[in-house]
Amino acid sequence: MTVPISLRHDETFVLNLGPQHPATHGVLRVILTLDGEYVVKAEPVLGYVHRMHEKLAEGGTFAQFMPNTARMDYLHALAFNHGWALVVEKAAGIEVPERAEYIRVITVELNRIASHLLWWAAFLLDLGGFTPLLYAFDDREKIIDLLERVTGSRLTYCYMRFGGVYNDIDDEFIAGTRDFIKRLRSRMPRFYHDLVTHNIILIKRIKDIGIITPEQCRRYGATGPVARGSGISYDIRKNEPYSVYPEFDFDIPVFDECDSMARYMVRMHEMEQSLRIIEQALDKLPDGPVMGKAPKVLKPEAGYYYSAVETARGSLGHRLVCDGGKNPYKVKLRSPTFSNLSLYGEVAEGMMLADALAFMGSLDLVIPEIDR
Amino acid sequence: MNGYWSDIFTGSKSLVTGLLITAREFFKPVVTEQYPYEVPTMTPLFRGHIELIGNEETGQPNCVVCGLCQRACPSICISLEGKKAEGEGAKGKVLTSYVLDFTKCSLCGSCVESCNFNALRFSKEYNLASFDKNDFIMDLLKRVEDQNRCKH
Repeated sequence: MTVPISLRHDETFVLNLGPQHPATHGVLRVILTLDGEYVVKAEPVLGYVHRMHEKLAEGGTFAQFMPNTARMDYLHALAFNHGWALVVEKAAGIEVPERAEYIRVITVELNRIASHLLWWAAFLLDLGGFTPLLYAFDDREKIIDLLERVTGSRLTYCYMRFGGVYNDIDDEFIAGTRDFIKRLRSRMPRFYHDLVTHNIILIKRIKDIGIITPEQCRRYGATGPVARGSGISYDIRKNEPYSVYPEFDFDIPVFDECDSMARYMVRMHEMEQSLRIIEQALDKLPDGPVMGKAPKVLKPEAGYYYSAVETARGSLGHRLVCDGGKNPYKVKLRSPTFSNLSLYGEVAEGMMLADALAFMGSLDLVIPEIDR
Repeated sequence: MNGYWSDIFTGSKSLVTGLLITAREFFKPVVTEQYPYEVPTMTPLFRGHIELIGNEETGQPNCVVCGLCQRACPSICISLEGKKAEGEGAKGKVLTSYVLDFTKCSLCGSCVESCNFNALRFSKEYNLASFDKNDFIMDLLKRVEDQNRCKH
């Protein structure tokens, strides 16, 4: 006698999500063990875009690694530029002029907004909404045009230099940025909140889905909007300030709901906070050079150096070992998305498949940064 | 039962709100750049592949074959050769070949920045699609000669 299907609860099957799947945003493979529609086990598999960037750093000079940094997190490339510049400046004891620091903050924050806009667009695309992507890309295009004016590239920037930045910003950039701040603020309530945030379909899809407890965040080392959506107020810009961030008045948005909606709201509020930082930086922008005095050939003293920056996805640490030569002896990156992805398997257990994908979108994964 | 009716109410409200926003946008002018009918405006800093700068008078490249660009390049895509200058009163070196392997180039700009002799700049080329890999192994010396021929 055959057992009726409804009674066979022990039967599971394996579904291979990725490595080529639109919902995984890159080449991430997740081995899902499913019981019907429910996830029993989710196991992320990495390594499909591993390019050994950290090893490549050892083969070149300090400056030659700068273009590589942008190719790890291509959505917030300037923060990776900034992180590398900071750790090398710390090692070599290079002073950065104040104007250059302000320009760094302005461009990094613009890039952060662009990154959040792209996340927002791609996340809603995962949930099945196509229209918001077009509105978000319209705004993102404005940022990219602005950054192209000063950096020369549109996505993989190589803008920071040890001791300053590559190029000064001009009046047109400042006027364009002020216009953009006004534009995004005027579009935010209608195109972002009325159309999407208050939409009942979105709320039903992501509210109370993907609960990450603060304890889990601490155990896996999750940072960025993932931790801040779980009620942990941790942001490198406030907790371990670097550059000129202490001079600005801005808040760290924290939500206690721990669900995907909380992470969504954190990012939406962060865009507004970034706009506030840019506004203040433009008002206070000092005159002066954008490049400080830096030796042509860098030979930092032997030793261990560490510095951290806050990217759009969390805290990024650069650990640099120098042996007194003109090449780095060893470089190790602590990238935020790796930790954020690590908790996926534990949290996705027991979810429905569609919810597990919505949850994955809310983590804001950038695979090349995990694999490096 | 209460939740049922309120769900229908809020659901239709969000539906109408969304439709109103998209419908209003539908009649606004398009924001997409209509390439190839519209050509993009280039910023002064636009990074195309690099090219040699010819001397304003002679048209010969400003390059003195110091090799700094070659050493600055993180991707080893520049190879250049030179020979000793010939003729009376000539000193230094003359460029005999300058080949850029654009397949490896990441347009970081290290070469242009490292040049102390105003011999390198970014071109404004962006229509660079090709089926042949050899199209991206560029002889920049030939390029500067072609530019000179066009000028005259």
